[in-house]
Amino acid sequence: MEIKNSAQAGTFESSDILVMVEPVAKGSGRDIDLTSSVYMHYADSINNVIIKVLDKFKIEDVKILAKDKGALDPTIEARVETAIKRALDIQEGTL
Amino acid sequence: MHTKNILGFDVPDFIEGFGDVEHYSGVWNKLKKENIGETIISPPVKSRVAHTSKMKNSLKEAIDACNPHDGMTVTFHHHLRGGDYIVEQTIRYLAEVGIKDITLASSSLTSAHECLVPFVKDGTITRIFSSGIRDELGKAISEGHMKNPVVIHSHGGRARAIKTGRIKIDLAVVAASAADCEGNCTGSFGPSAFGSIGYAMIDVMYADKVVVVTDNLVDFPCIPPSIRQHNVDHVVKVETIGDPSKIASGTTRITKSPMDLRIAEMAADAIEQSGVFREGYSFQVGAGGASLAVAKFMRDKMKAQEIKGSFMIGGITSYCVDMLNEGLFNALFDVQSFDAAVSTSVHGNTNHVEISSDQYAGPYNCGCMTNKLDVVVLGALEVDTDFNVNVITGADGVIRGASGGHSDTAAGAKLTVVVCPSFRGRLPMIKKRVQNVVTPGESIDLIVTERGICVNPNNKNLEVKLKEAGLNIVDIDKLREEVDKITGVPVEPKFTNKIVGVIEYRDGSVIDVIRAVDTED
Amino acid sequence: MAARRKRRTMLYIPGNNPAMLQQGGVYGADGLLLDLEDAVALNQKDAARILVRNMINTVDFYNCEVTVRINHLDTPFGIADLEEIVPLQPDAIRYPKTESVEDLKRLISIVEEIEKKHNIENPTMTIHAMIETALGVQNVFDIAAYSKRVDCITIGGQDLTADMNVVKTKDGNELDFARKRIVMAAKANKIDAIDTVFADVDDDEGLMIETEMIKGIGFAGKAVINPRQISTIHDVFNPTEEEIRKAVRIIREFNKNREAGIGVFAIDGKMIDAPVVARAQYIIDVAGIEI
Repeated sequence: MEIKNSAQAGTFESSDILVMVEPVAKGSGRDIDLTSSVYMHYADSINNVIIKVLDKFKIEDVKILAKDKGALDPTIEARVETAIKRALDIQEGTL
Repeated sequence: MHTKNILGFDVPDFIEGFGDVEHYSGVWNKLKKENIGETIISPPVKSRVAHTSKMKNSLKEAIDACNPHDGMTVTFHHHLRGGDYIVEQTIRYLAEVGIKDITLASSSLTSAHECLVPFVKDGTITRIFSSGIRDELGKAISEGHMKNPVVIHSHGGRARAIKTGRIKIDLAVVAASAADCEGNCTGSFGPSAFGSIGYAMIDVMYADKVVVVTDNLVDFPCIPPSIRQHNVDHVVKVETIGDPSKIASGTTRITKSPMDLRIAEMAADAIEQSGVFREGYSFQVGAGGASLAVAKFMRDKMKAQEIKGSFMIGGITSYCVDMLNEGLFNALFDVQSFDAAVSTSVHGNTNHVEISSDQYAGPYNCGCMTNKLDVVVLGALEVDTDFNVNVITGADGVIRGASGGHSDTAAGAKLTVVVCPSFRGRLPMIKKRVQNVVTPGESIDLIVTERGICVNPNNKNLEVKLKEAGLNIVDIDKLREEVDKITGVPVEPKFTNKIVGVIEYRDGSVIDVIRAVDTED
Repeated sequence: MAARRKRRTMLYIPGNNPAMLQQGGVYGADGLLLDLEDAVALNQKDAARILVRNMINTVDFYNCEVTVRINHLDTPFGIADLEEIVPLQPDAIRYPKTESVEDLKRLISIVEEIEKKHNIENPTMTIHAMIETALGVQNVFDIAAYSKRVDCITIGGQDLTADMNVVKTKDGNELDFARKRIVMAAKANKIDAIDTVFADVDDDEGLMIETEMIKGIGFAGKAVINPRQISTIHDVFNPTEEEIRKAVRIIREFNKNREAGIGVFAIDGKMIDAPVVARAQYIIDVAGIEI
């Protein structure tokens, strides 16, 4: 799928992650910019979760800005999924 | 050369900049010999001609009068906490007059002491003895910027080290919130009041020179004389000894964090069912978070069951004072006061007794007060499945905590309870092995987390009691696995071989070493 | 005899708050109310729904009854909530502002459609109907009787007083009739009634008094907005030692007599029949005792 809009999901609160999704030129690949309060301990793990969700939505070209404050995997997955759905304009039932 | 000590931690027999290592051998193995076979150093013999003045015009003048020299040892107390100006002013002046190679032995160091980093880096300070080190100073040391390893001691361990001359004090600078011209002084009143001055009491007995610094010179005699004139060489009046808002403020409130309250409630239930909660019991809690909140639940239980305790001890908060005033305990023994409201009680209530760190927790005497403790509730930065506790290094491997009275009280109390969440900011708090051990698992009975209570397997009776009472008892290995599943297993920090810190057990043996963090990439 | 579910406390957890969701199971509440409705801002409904779905899938809520409060089907969010939550089959969904049998009929038909789509053959998820309007109070007997899937009726005090255009007071006089009618409708259908929240989290004594009152008129428990309220409510609902002793004796006698083939028997001259045994069993369950 192709990202057309910028969108974000999540918060700066503890145990949450703020995920911003931005469109990039086709063919430029995935660019994930992660900052985290537990970067030393979980950077690879968080990146892998983000990639898993991108794979699920078959998104090849995107810029992701993620600011993590110790979110667990299910939260990271949820925030990335929400941001992507918003960017793809396929989110349901919200204002 | 490298040895695993009996707890399985990698401690060499000899440490550069520290010397030969006496290995930790168990909580009571050394202390069970009633005569240790070491000697207490002779305090210097001093004299003074009648009706001569001890007053100096400035801190600088007082220091000049104390024969400052390279390689000297300077000590302080940390009762001014985050508001302290005196450590910085002293070290800055010593550096100014070109003194090098100083051993700094403060009872602890706080956020007020980040200013020492340049003096560590330029060799003004080459050795530190302290209970705790935090923030930028901890980081600088963990990154290897100090010549010799710091020595982390417990509060009781510091009393021992001073008595045996391990810390041989050339100059003790004692900040006081009220003092008279002869050096009788206290922390219990005055604009910068901080309560008990317990950690300085031992310094003035053994120091070559003692300078009392106050922002509040009172008419002779200063009452109460927490520290007395016959141990004081010089007295200085300064504008201010620190920032009162950071020295001690207001009253301590019980946390509103649901998680801390939940853990505290579970801990209190365990204490109630343990068998030590009965008429005349003694009790110690920490100054905040889940640990202090245990006091709230114990207070309710004491009232409901009409149980009256004997004493509370340790770092004293206004919450302890309230319990004293309600008649729930007979006495408070106060080595360190945590909030401004405590000072008035130290000053005015005869059942609120100021004690020295030696009387509080010293292992080298005929019986310190922590030996009389029934229950202590302690915190932790992390624990392991052998019940070892780390309160000194953070998850990134950097020094950021304090040993405090942790190992002293844990050894003394009949029931030692550690309260800590099972994970914090995603990081699991129960490890296979703590990064650094300060308090050995042998002296820990319970670890209380929000996901259940772990009972040390060396205390089977306790486990049976708590299970019968229907409490949520969990196996610590299973709990660790459960939490790892929730958080994922973190990548551990990397260390170099350089030893930047030596953790002494209260009896003077080395229980662990702290290695420099690897700052590559 | 099947153990009745303990429902002394049902802890509300805002559906878009990961910190609280991940720790929901540790506070000792009997049930959790993962809230997609009032606790979630209108522009975060999608985020909360996905987050709650992931949390239900991965977090161990221990013994808690897990209930999701969804948005009403008249809002733009209700259907999407059901699509995401029903396939997970939490213990229950709580349906806000249930006013009539028609409301339930519509809800259940959509729920069943989704279950069919996901090949869920023996759905276990129940429905907690939340009564929050005067009309709902009026129709509560029909609502409680409508479907076996409805196993709990709850009262929403804030919305109900708003609908009645009265002020919610501490003594709760304005809710008196509604509370009692709702309890009676639940009892008539052998299901539970759960009371509304107590808003002042710092007023332990007020909470205790209100809990004693609602226990006295027959509620099985109470919704909770802060974990600190849980132990106060449990203390009220927990049986006394005297009650436990008596209940244990009744069940022991009952088991003995049943083995001997005797149905009705007497203890201390008082006849013990099925309802008395059921009450005794409930007390033992709440006390967490095994006989």
